Amino acid sequence: MTQTLALTWTTVCLLDRLEPDRGVAALVDGVQVALFRTADGLFAIDNRDPVSGAYVLSRGIVGSRGGVPTVASPLHKQVYDLRSGHCLDLPGVTVARHDVRCRDGLVEVRLRQEA
Amino acid sequence: MSGGDLIVIGNGMVGQRFVDALRARDPQGSWRVTVLAEEGRPAYDRVRLSAYFDGVTESELNLHTPDDGVRLRLGEPATAVDRDRQVVTTAVGEYRYDALVLATGSYPFVPPVAGTELPGVFVYRTLDDLAAIRAYARGRRVGAVIGGGLLGLEAANALRLLGLSTDVVEFAPRLMPVQVDQAGGAMLRRYVDDLGVRTHLGVATTAIRPGPDGGVAALELSDGSTIDAELVVVAAGIRPRDQLARDAGLPLGPRGGVLVDATCRTVDERIWAVGECAAVDGTCHGLVAPGYATAEVVADRLVGGAATFPGADTATKLKLLGVDVASFGDAHGATEGCLDVTFTDPATRVYAKLVLSDDAHTLLGGVLVGDASAYPTLRASVGGPLPAAPLALLAPDGGGADAGALPATAQVCSCNAVTRGDVDAAIAGGCADVAAVKACTRAGTSCGSCVPMLKQLLDAAGVAQSSALCEHFDVSRRELFEIVRVRGIRTFSRLVAEHGRGRGCDICKPVVASILASLGNGHVLDGEQASLQDTNDHFLANLQRDGSYSVVPRIPGGEITPEKLIVIGEVARDFQLYTKITGGQRIDLFGARVEQLPQIWRRLVDAGFESGHAYGKALRTVKSCVGETWCRYGVQDSVGLAVALELRYRGLRAPHKLKSAVSGCARECAEARSKDFGIIATETGWNLYVGGNGGFRPRHADLFATDLSTDELITLIDRFLIYYIRTADRLQRTAGWIEAMDGGLDHLRAVIVDDSLGLCADLDAAMARHVSSYSDEWRDVLDDPDRLRRYTSFVNAPDVPDPSITFTRERGQPVPVRADGPAGGHRPQPVTLGLPEVRR
Repeated sequence: MTQTLALTWTTVCLLDRLEPDRGVAALVDGVQVALFRTADGLFAIDNRDPVSGAYVLSRGIVGSRGGVPTVASPLHKQVYDLRSGHCLDLPGVTVARHDVRCRDGLVEVRLRQEA
Repeated sequence: MSGGDLIVIGNGMVGQRFVDALRARDPQGSWRVTVLAEEGRPAYDRVRLSAYFDGVTESELNLHTPDDGVRLRLGEPATAVDRDRQVVTTAVGEYRYDALVLATGSYPFVPPVAGTELPGVFVYRTLDDLAAIRAYARGRRVGAVIGGGLLGLEAANALRLLGLSTDVVEFAPRLMPVQVDQAGGAMLRRYVDDLGVRTHLGVATTAIRPGPDGGVAALELSDGSTIDAELVVVAAGIRPRDQLARDAGLPLGPRGGVLVDATCRTVDERIWAVGECAAVDGTCHGLVAPGYATAEVVADRLVGGAATFPGADTATKLKLLGVDVASFGDAHGATEGCLDVTFTDPATRVYAKLVLSDDAHTLLGGVLVGDASAYPTLRASVGGPLPAAPLALLAPDGGGADAGALPATAQVCSCNAVTRGDVDAAIAGGCADVAAVKACTRAGTSCGSCVPMLKQLLDAAGVAQSSALCEHFDVSRRELFEIVRVRGIRTFSRLVAEHGRGRGCDICKPVVASILASLGNGHVLDGEQASLQDTNDHFLANLQRDGSYSVVPRIPGGEITPEKLIVIGEVARDFQLYTKITGGQRIDLFGARVEQLPQIWRRLVDAGFESGHAYGKALRTVKSCVGETWCRYGVQDSVGLAVALELRYRGLRAPHKLKSAVSGCARECAEARSKDFGIIATETGWNLYVGGNGGFRPRHADLFATDLSTDELITLIDRFLIYYIRTADRLQRTAGWIEAMDGGLDHLRAVIVDDSLGLCADLDAAMARHVSSYSDEWRDVLDDPDRLRRYTSFVNAPDVPDPSITFTRERGQPVPVRADGPAGGHRPQPVTLGLPEVRR
């Protein structure tokens, strides 16, 4: 799957569709994005688990590690920093992050290409 | 002597140990080993012989390790030894030897009274004996055992398990006269009385009388009385089998046995003797530990070593008829001037005696009846200073017997010869918990009786064993459970705010979700609970490696109608699911996308299926054999019980998955002993086993209770499960939970059978709440649009299937394609059996 550059914001869903401390997947210009709503705000990262290659990160458990908001891969439990996309268990492993915001009760996503 | 033809006569426990020990020392095979065995089966664990009546199979008792370098002649006993020609004769032929090891063991002593040849009179030595006893017991009511020693009491328990009303006749004035003293024997008798076994002490059997059918009918005793007995087991002691040596002109010990010196060699430099047939410096030893010691000595000598017999350790700890009995060192106080310290508590039925040196400083030996928890520490202290004041050592639960006071040379684990020094070295080397010490030293890996000592030694070394769940909670799962239960907390956010910190993680959130579910807080996806669930519980399906899910409908007991089987087939066909039969007698349907799950379950629920909880840390399956309904060997309705149990415990959330099985007879086709709770039918009820599992560290379940009625069985399982759910650690299966429990199985029995903590009424009530509040999780989801809403692959494109999930076909079924991702490149290519292996 090729990631295309999107300069524009795409409206994804109502904020109400995001359960607190839980993720959902969205399809933005053919890219699978994992969206999370936590007490620290909204986060968007690639849905693809870089360790397994499966598109599952949106289904991980959300939490914190040392104050950092995190999600754990549901497959083999590696934990990722939701802000940076860095894996906190495997040095050097990172998942791409995307921009996300809430406007008028709507969640919007803008893809980023850098990791 | 360093090689040539070696003949071993006898393939009992010690004979087998000798062969193993020699082969370990002689890897080049300079000795060509031939074993001549009388029995038709290879060596088995005769110490655990009675376990045969608890449903343990012959193969589980097997000790024989296949070894191409050893010629094993089963059913070919030696008949003569010709020392001049160096030849052993059997019915088949002759075997020349350069070295000969006699490991002929013992034979049961049968007192010279009339009637011992009658049908229905048995000895208790081999598996064949036990099989014959079992067969003869069928349909009979009363049995008797001649002999009230260790073997006699085992035989009495066996008859009891076979449903016979049982009498024991012992010539000595107490039970187990060799191991325990008069007061200990008296305490033991109180336990035996309670089991309904009648004892006749200080009397001899004068005759065994037949009935009208020619079989045994009664015993006549020396006090003039007569007792009815349709089956008699003679367990009046053993005698060394020394006939071959005797015929070959070898000297014997004063009370029989092949006379050997401390190197275990006879006067003939080519002939050695090991085990019960050997009279080492004139004395025969009837226990396996000294026998093993002789085997090691001879193995060492045959490869040029200089080992000598270290002296017999006659320390014994066993459980007879459910009673702990231990005896060690100078148990009878034979040492000149020795002092006794005794403790007798008729209320708790504990008797203990320590034998001390005349200055009261050195422990010489002792006897424990009813509570043997102090045995490991005491036995390790024999010959040295007392580890604590005598009365503190003897107090029930051995509270004062702290291993921290032991010297470095004291043996902590006698099974694997591990000293305190070894354990301390492992701790110094970085072992920080009991599991690490066990793995590193092998201590506690056999009988496990020293495990509490290992924990004490870790404590003594100042190793803090953290029980904190994760960075968000400083307490263990067990403590968290109590906090949630006692304070009535119903949400994670309140729990973490009041008793933890941070926002939780993938460790504590599922634990709290499980605790809330165990305590009955409605549907697992209600409100905030949904966010705590692992993805499996969140979608009520099992996540697979490609991001798809599998579906397992409940098939209670593995029993299914053709109509339901057809529905599963139709669903699998219509949704193109890969189909596989599981080990738990169910059917797993793979390859479902999240948006398909409700459609699949709509079809399944309409056909009468419900959630199988394969995704949850919950009861999975209660496997069963077909039972007496069809099977010609079955003695109970195993399928009926399995269905009832599965329906009773379905949906019960636990610290880990729970598996169970029910077998309809002792053949154990359902493999119940590999389950967390397994049930095996007996002629009169059910035997309950607990703490088994397969998996990474397979473990057989332990026998917990015997001959239970169905109601008694269910009560015990109810309490077992609730107590486990309340007190186990995170992801701790029942096996590890029992192993880690102070007091182990005995403690568990005290809590859920004897109600020692006064918990049983509460445990019973908790299970009653679970049973009455059960509701099918999948039906509840289908009935609720809010819950259904999360079953989409994409929140902004509910109708688009996940394009990353694609299938190819293998053996006629869909399987994941994984072109994407680094793991995809590592996948081994399929192998076609029956053709040369193909690798692309």
